[in-house]
Amino acid sequence: MEKSKRKTLEKIALHIRMAVIEGTYNAKSGHPGGSLSISDLLSYLYFEELNVDPARPDWADRDRFVLSKGHCAPALYGALAHKGFFPVEEIKTLRHIGAKLQGHPCMTETPGVDMSTGSLGQGISAAVGMALAAKLDNKTYRTYAVLGDGEIEEGQVWEAAMFAAHKKLDNLCIVVDNNNLQIDGTLDEVTSPYPIPEKFAAFGWNVIVIDAHDFDQIEAAFKAARECKGKPTAIVQKSIKGKGVSFMENQVGWHGSAPNAEQYEIAMNELKAALAAVEQEG
Amino acid sequence: MAEIIKQATRDAYGAALVELAESCPDLVVLDADLAAATKTGGFKKAHPDRFFDCGIAESNMMGIAAGLAASGKTVFASSFAMFAAGRAFEQVRNSIGYPHLNVKIGATHAGISVGEDGATHQCCEDIALMRSIPGMTILNPADAVEARKAVFAAAQHDGPVYLRFGRLAVPVIFDENDYNFEIGKSVQLTEGNDVAIIATGLMVNEALIAAETLKNEGISARVINMATIKPIDREAVLRAAKETGAIVTAEEHSIIGGLGSAVTEVVCEEYPVPVLRVGVMDTFGKSGPAVELLKLFGLSAEHIVEEAKKAIALRG
Repeated sequence: MEKSKRKTLEKIALHIRMAVIEGTYNAKSGHPGGSLSISDLLSYLYFEELNVDPARPDWADRDRFVLSKGHCAPALYGALAHKGFFPVEEIKTLRHIGAKLQGHPCMTETPGVDMSTGSLGQGISAAVGMALAAKLDNKTYRTYAVLGDGEIEEGQVWEAAMFAAHKKLDNLCIVVDNNNLQIDGTLDEVTSPYPIPEKFAAFGWNVIVIDAHDFDQIEAAFKAARECKGKPTAIVQKSIKGKGVSFMENQVGWHGSAPNAEQYEIAMNELKAALAAVEQEG
Repeated sequence: MAEIIKQATRDAYGAALVELAESCPDLVVLDADLAAATKTGGFKKAHPDRFFDCGIAESNMMGIAAGLAASGKTVFASSFAMFAAGRAFEQVRNSIGYPHLNVKIGATHAGISVGEDGATHQCCEDIALMRSIPGMTILNPADAVEARKAVFAAAQHDGPVYLRFGRLAVPVIFDENDYNFEIGKSVQLTEGNDVAIIATGLMVNEALIAAETLKNEGISARVINMATIKPIDREAVLRAAKETGAIVTAEEHSIIGGLGSAVTEVVCEEYPVPVLRVGVMDTFGKSGPAVELLKLFGLSAEHIVEEAKKAIALRG
């Protein structure tokens, strides 16, 4: 990847992370940990991969994106705002009464949200339906979904996986965000869904494992997914929950709690410093 | 007396889908390995490109239906009422109801008239479940003619619809040529001011028989076919309350949360009069021939007659 392109994606990812902190701080609630682990992914998706147009959020031929792990809405809102679907200033209204930025994504409220999600395991089925609709209509748009690694403990995920492979939905690409933490602990401490790549492969999927915080690997994975014919693709991204905010990294406690004023300052300063560092690179 | 023609509403559903395909290019039909029973098999044969069998995975089927609808399709997703409304309740609520998507749930084998399969397959809770979802329209046709018209009306309707069909062949009451079906509008089938019998589904025919019996005893009963359970026809319910002062509801569903509850809510809030509910009491079904089960569970004209007299007595 060219340096300038990587720099741009890194900057956007940092802006998404700041939106996560800004939103959850102002909401006094929300899910920063898993939002931060998908910030690099959403930067790449919205600024390189997805064929979407903020001026026409309902454009029939757009690529679809379903955040199946809907609790990570703060990151999605950050990406949508910076892409131009709504003003970045609105991030501060997250979870407030009257705001279009609901606690979990709501397609009838928020421009750019393609599916209402939040109840885990359901988004992937809707994404399968969207991919199926594209096949029915001979359209070339692609459908993407992001799932949590804990989310795949839901049986519905495997119903959807079975169907998508059976129908050879090669226009469908899901990403499993493997940060190894769910509310009650590590995946192994709760009910292990491991080994994840082998499970999707056994269900008939094209599987790619990447480092979630390496844009070269993200780019290569989406390219390989587009080129794979006859199978849906599952990208398993090894990520760090809370990535980018030192005291949140790999801490399960930050799954679903918001920073206080002091923590907000520290987090924002860290992210601003990281942004300045990226900008100072030659 | 004219010969009684019997047809299951699920048969009319299957036939209507095939017919609907001609005028609805966006129509897609889904099933969950029950196409032979839900009668979507005819559509599968006629339009294999627009039919998808999702396998025994109703939750995923509802999600796929949502995704198709979000992409501009008019989707009919079929299974037995037990699995469509029961197993997949939360998918219907969150993936279809909350985004108010154009998914029509074709639920067959509702109620105890499923028969020999017994309690696990006799869903008497589906109306209660679906009523609790904001924006959900619920249609429970009384016969094959109404079932066909309900399918067409549902396809035209903007938003989710739950259509409730039965397994058992039931008498055809309406005339295809002069019966108008409109979502949200009940149909008064007999004149009467002594008591009102508000019925839905296969209980409409029982209500008509009950009204004849009552007539012979000098009691005039107003029979109302309430095919749309949500949104309920408040105006007709209140008119019945005011003009008769005594109401009996009749449904092949639990007395908790179904038509009886819906009518009672309207009456209690706006014009309190006695409302007695004929339905499945707070109990599970049993195995047996459907017609005998209906009698066993009190889903009969005789029971409606008894309750009508009680309601009149309560009115005083």
